[in-house]
Amino acid sequence: MPAEPESTPLPELDPVQTIEVIAGFIRSQLEQTGFERLVVGLSGGVDSTAAAFLAARAVPAGNLLAVRMPYRTSSPDSEADAQLVVETLGCRTERVDITPMVEPMLQLIGPGDGPALQVRRGNVMARQRMIVLYDRSAAFDALVLGTSNKTEVLLGYSTLHGDMAAALQPIGDLYKSQLRSVAAALGVPERIIGKEPSADLWPGQTDESELGASYDDLDRILFALVDRRWTVDRCVGAGLERRLVEWVARRVAQTEFKRQPAPVAKISLRTPGIDHLYPRRRPGSRRGS
Amino acid sequence: MGRPAPSHTPERVRYTVALAQLAPRLGEVDANLELAAGWLRRAVAEGAQLTAFPELALTGYLLSDLVPEVAISAADPRLAELSRLAPGTLVAIGFVEETDHHRYANSAALLRDGELIGLHRKVFLPTYGLFDEGRFTRPGDRIRAIEVGEPMGRIGLSVCEDFWHASLPMLQAQDGASLLVNVAAGPARAPGSAAGLRAIAGWHRMQDTYALLGTVGIAFCNRVGNEEGLTFWGGSRLLGADGSVLAEGPLYEEALVVGAFETDDVRMQRYQLPLLADERLELVRREIDRIISERAGLPGPWAPGAPESPESADEPAG
Repeated sequence: MPAEPESTPLPELDPVQTIEVIAGFIRSQLEQTGFERLVVGLSGGVDSTAAAFLAARAVPAGNLLAVRMPYRTSSPDSEADAQLVVETLGCRTERVDITPMVEPMLQLIGPGDGPALQVRRGNVMARQRMIVLYDRSAAFDALVLGTSNKTEVLLGYSTLHGDMAAALQPIGDLYKSQLRSVAAALGVPERIIGKEPSADLWPGQTDESELGASYDDLDRILFALVDRRWTVDRCVGAGLERRLVEWVARRVAQTEFKRQPAPVAKISLRTPGIDHLYPRRRPGSRRGS
Repeated sequence: MGRPAPSHTPERVRYTVALAQLAPRLGEVDANLELAAGWLRRAVAEGAQLTAFPELALTGYLLSDLVPEVAISAADPRLAELSRLAPGTLVAIGFVEETDHHRYANSAALLRDGELIGLHRKVFLPTYGLFDEGRFTRPGDRIRAIEVGEPMGRIGLSVCEDFWHASLPMLQAQDGASLLVNVAAGPARAPGSAAGLRAIAGWHRMQDTYALLGTVGIAFCNRVGNEEGLTFWGGSRLLGADGSVLAEGPLYEEALVVGAFETDDVRMQRYQLPLLADERLELVRREIDRIISERAGLPGPWAPGAPESPESADEPAG
């Protein structure tokens, strides 16, 4: 008799313990680097909102600066949601319109609507936001808190040196579906958890239409391929769609470069990243030590 | 019938063990010595006769190339000085050891009144998954129980991954240990999820099994705190020789976990369950020798075509 098809569940998790662990991680990174404050870019989406809520578990609200960085086409709903988060947390906030900063660069890229051009424009915006965040972190004497989740990091659905740039990544090991349950346990407003995920880099953009699948489907596949180390055939045997599984596996491989520092040509006896290996935080690395 | 108990019958002794579930600072040996001193004073105030600190308590865990910078000799006077804060009692603590021959080991020292009375070098260095220990330290090559005198007799000392190999605790039990002290730096994975709970449950099942099969007490001291992205889970435990939980620490939080171990329990447990005495070490040795030889392709009396066993080979023909 053939075996029952295997199940392909979403990755589960205990939100309460997860929050405890992540808040401890953030506190520890601050303590080890000698900082007390955090800066986070707040779009009003579930990722940056959850990151901000987690930050507020780790530091007093006055030590958290949420920077809202709209572009002229950004959705007004996003801004309203970001405002709601700031009011709920009672944290500090700044609004920096990136439109005048990115327009000259966008003119260089030129007109046109092709997907490659849209991606280039989106990258300019993501990298401009990074520039603003790092400048504000210097002014506010703070570390930049990352807002990348595991689903987008594994799919490479993010901008190198843009939204991926951060001093620490609190939600980088949480799939999008897990993040929603953590957000709920953190008390993130339901309207933020429930809304359609979007990078909001151009009007009408949504993650799921761009990726061509729902986050739940992507998370099931990633959890099987990455966490459970299944082969593509085993995923397909368990009922996952071959076309999508193959696309995800290819995408993970193609974007490996985004998750690692650039390779260094080894010349000397001892090379940073190859055989000069140290923890990031160690005696002498703490500010003021 | 009415005979007095033999004079050597040990008295029932409560032996207090403290497990210092702390968060060391990465790479800061002197700061960690000071930290340990504070916890040791508290343990003494709680009546501890043995205080255990976690694996690499003096250095932190994710050291990479910091290893030679934080390594000390097992004879370092700072270790002796620490132990003198707890007069007449035992202190077990993890550190990076540099031997006389400049070999670097993930070691645990057992000290009393400033004297090093035992040393264990981690035998099994995990170098897989998130672990990379074999790259930076060298494995120990001894598995022994350490004589500490009455009332405990002998103690088996080990470091974290050592416990994932049943050979080590079973050898220490056979070597006379009545208490196995495992000092650990266990990082959490999938906290709170079924997978994460299974990982912790795995540790528990293993400890419970060793207590049962070795008829020994177990003192497991696991650190807490964060290094890089890792969070260490704590949950230190003290088990009686029948596997009963005598004390258990919280997850993720610093805690001095104190419990009392009844030495008489070992005696009674070993009468009821004489597993150690019934072990067939000579048989185990012979079979292990055979497996080693076969794997290496060496000739031996167990090679194909050879008689059934060495004993039968000795029998006179006819």
